[in-house]
Amino acid sequence: MDQIILQLLNGLDKGSAYALIALGLTLIFGTLGVVNFAHGALFMIGAFCSVTLQKILMISQITIDESKTDFLGNALKVKTPYVEVWFGEATGQAIIDWSVPLAILFAIPIMLFIGWAMERGLIKHFYNRPHADQILVTFGLAIVLQEVIKQFYGANPIPTPAPDVFKGSFDFGTMLGFEANKIIYPFWRIVYFVFSVIIISGVFSFLRFTTFGMVVRAGMVDRETVGLLGINIDKRFTIMFGVAAAVAGLAGVMYTPINSPNYHMGMDFLVLSFVVVVVGGMGSLPGAILAGFMLGILESFASMNEIKSILPGIDQIIIYLVAIIILLTRPRGLMGKKGVMED
Amino acid sequence: MLGLNNKDTKFLIIVILLTLSTPFVMQPFSESSAMAQFNGGYPDLMQRVAIFGIFAIGFNILFGLTGYLSFGHAAFLGVGSYSAVWMFKLLSMNIIPGIILAVIMSGLFALMIGYISLRRSGIYFSILTLAFAQMSYNLAYSVLTPITNGETGLQIRPNDLRILDGEGSSTYTNLFGLQMSSSAKWEVWGHLFTFNVGFYVCAFIAICSFYLSLRIFRSPFGLMLRAVKSNQNRMSYTGLNPRPYTLAAFVISGMYAGLAGGLLASMDPLAGAERMQWTVGGEVVVMTILGGAGTLLGPVLGAGAIKYLENIFSKINENVLHGWFDFLPDGLENLLVWVFARFTGDGWHLTLGLLFMMVVIFLPGGLMEGAERIRNRFGSKGDIDETGASTTKPAE
Amino acid sequence: MGILEVQNVNKSFGGLKALQNVNLSVEEGTIHAIIGPNGAGKSTLLNCFVGKLVPDTGSVTFNGQSLLGKKPYDINQMGVSRVFQTPEIFGDLTVFENVMIPCFAKRDGAFRMHAIERVEQEVDIREKAEKMLLDVDMADKMHMTASSMSRGDKRRLEMAMCLSQDPQLLLLDEPTAGMARADTNNTIELLARIQERRHITMAIIEHDMHVVFSLAQKISVLAQGTVIVEDLPENIKGHPKVKEAYLGEAAE
Repeated sequence: MDQIILQLLNGLDKGSAYALIALGLTLIFGTLGVVNFAHGALFMIGAFCSVTLQKILMISQITIDESKTDFLGNALKVKTPYVEVWFGEATGQAIIDWSVPLAILFAIPIMLFIGWAMERGLIKHFYNRPHADQILVTFGLAIVLQEVIKQFYGANPIPTPAPDVFKGSFDFGTMLGFEANKIIYPFWRIVYFVFSVIIISGVFSFLRFTTFGMVVRAGMVDRETVGLLGINIDKRFTIMFGVAAAVAGLAGVMYTPINSPNYHMGMDFLVLSFVVVVVGGMGSLPGAILAGFMLGILESFASMNEIKSILPGIDQIIIYLVAIIILLTRPRGLMGKKGVMED
Repeated sequence: MLGLNNKDTKFLIIVILLTLSTPFVMQPFSESSAMAQFNGGYPDLMQRVAIFGIFAIGFNILFGLTGYLSFGHAAFLGVGSYSAVWMFKLLSMNIIPGIILAVIMSGLFALMIGYISLRRSGIYFSILTLAFAQMSYNLAYSVLTPITNGETGLQIRPNDLRILDGEGSSTYTNLFGLQMSSSAKWEVWGHLFTFNVGFYVCAFIAICSFYLSLRIFRSPFGLMLRAVKSNQNRMSYTGLNPRPYTLAAFVISGMYAGLAGGLLASMDPLAGAERMQWTVGGEVVVMTILGGAGTLLGPVLGAGAIKYLENIFSKINENVLHGWFDFLPDGLENLLVWVFARFTGDGWHLTLGLLFMMVVIFLPGGLMEGAERIRNRFGSKGDIDETGASTTKPAE
Repeated sequence: MGILEVQNVNKSFGGLKALQNVNLSVEEGTIHAIIGPNGAGKSTLLNCFVGKLVPDTGSVTFNGQSLLGKKPYDINQMGVSRVFQTPEIFGDLTVFENVMIPCFAKRDGAFRMHAIERVEQEVDIREKAEKMLLDVDMADKMHMTASSMSRGDKRRLEMAMCLSQDPQLLLLDEPTAGMARADTNNTIELLARIQERRHITMAIIEHDMHVVFSLAQKISVLAQGTVIVEDLPENIKGHPKVKEAYLGEAAE
């Protein structure tokens, strides 16, 4: 029982990441009808926003401290980050400590801009081209973005710790009446889950309760008619592309303490998130969320030793297996609408 | 000749001559000249050009003719490699049984994956193939370790069984005793040309593969595959079942990929799971598009261009660049070196990505379309009509 | 007994009853028109003939064989060809290739792997396709890419493709939709000529009464999913039930 709860919890954070990326992908499918293979790269760029902010905050003033010497008797150089110089040591350290959550503020404008630039500069020209061309050009873009990041940040994962407050783990077991230390769960993962729920509900309420969202939803159903009503739907769709990019980016920012970001994390997540979208049903936002959490949880259950001993290797392929079965039995996915992306 | 019309025969002869003269074509600079670093005429690279040419020719039969975009062909390459290495371990270091098994196994694999994936079309098909490739890759890394030897990869050991070769036999791949790695060198006017056995084996098989794809392109079967791409709805209302046609194309292209995988293992008897990763499948997509999907020659050119450039670009490191820009003032030199270094050496993939994007955006027909445009600009029509439209002209 | 027999066919989509107890019989060698106001179920009925839709109940037989549950290509191989409302052709291929494909389908069946033979050497197929193109006055456009032609030409090409299979039954879905009067008259003439020469049975769905009354030997009127009248053309004109269906009850 405790094992099951633990795996359920473990599945949540992975599921959150899948759901967030798939949400963005689906927004792009649904609004612009574009198959975006560069979406994983946006997730990766988000993660590197957090790395960048950490680096910026660590830019240091170098002073020479005469009172301390190294073993050769030279005065020691002391690096003090400028934030500590400006805001005082305690505040400065706190800022650095909280660099990952702070990166959210830093990443939003960047991701919105990247999304906007991508749509206006590239994707726009591919609306009337076949889906295969869209896949190809965004695949090319994904390679380019990944390589640019690799050029600037190198090939190794860069650790980006969570704030100290969240470093510990939470003992769920005692709360539910199990033995202590049976079900422990890192704080940050709880934060990640809560964060993703906030983002998801944010996007949903934005679409549901604002006029802007209403127009966008109308446009998803029938772009032409909305255009004929004198509404500049293209502009709104561009903004939605930016929002989708921001969602992917924020998912990346907050994921950094769970897995140190590296340049190929985008490609790693890309395949999975496409699978998630397909399982959920292409073009269905609730489907993407549902499938994201479902597959995340399934994956962590499959990695339980009890299950692996019956079906060796199942943890490696469970997601793909589910995707294949779903695609063959329910071609439109769990909650897909008719006619989306069907040739 | 060979069941081709005059035009295609001429075309095939040109391709054969080009292939056989690769050791010259890829080695244009004298050894002593500063340009010698751009020579690509060494065995390893030439073999790869031929092998990836085969891979791309096969992929083109599926993507170029039917329009089904598969991202999963790396799986067949991997299956081919593993099968070949197992043959080397168990039976003989002669490459023939290995290659035969590679083609058969990948064909069976393709039949299975294709049968399932082809139930869907468009983007769904692409994602299904992607899922299958990733699944094979993960399995090869984990549970299938007894067969694939996991992360280390499958290798030849001196104490392998090798029933046909007997004990203490050599551990080099060969063709009836002729070692793949052996080469003849010819030095003339300061040029060094290498004629490698492995390359010529690959080249011979590549020519056969090309010939076969030429026949398929010109056949009623090829016409049906183009009909699949054009309008499946009309096809089924014309009394034709598109499914077996696409499945046949899928299996054929899978077998080509397996053949390429078997040859890779024959040149260097080692098979690793990374060969099955979907990005490798992405590479063959890039090659085919770059050269020109749906054309006969395009995929081969694409494979050649990418493998050659990859080699050259990867070799240009900062030292080389400093050598080039030595004559400039220091500041400018460093700036230029910095800029160029982003795109060369480790930055080759960045260049490749940009190049690929440019082609998809501006030249959807790839290099072949570029050549066509240049030819049209200068007004003269070439000999070889590439698009396959020549099939419609009456026999000469 | 007609060549195409439709008995008690029902088809509903969700709550909407698209076809209710439809009975229809197409006599061999005749041109049978199916008319009716928009939304009467004409296209649904046609889709039931070609295997795109399966009726909920009832039977559709062709030459005594049931068509239910058969795939479109099987039905075509039995001798039923279909012309679509918007021409469905192989846009990327040349006109000549477009006509060769149905010839291959007729000769080789639903699937046959001729991967080594050359298209150039298939003399019988080429001759047949060439003759067909001459028949519809398109021989001069033989090497054009099909998608680059005018809509009228595409329509004619599609008809040539269907006819090259020597079908026993040709289904036409609004063959003159969106055409100018002159083109419409050409099409009428072409269809009449085909009928005269080849005695192909045709079922036509049509809105244009000019076309219907110039060609049809029998007319079925469909309204709200049922056949309200099936009769000879001269009896259809002025038939009270037909008027009612088209103009609504207010016309009484």
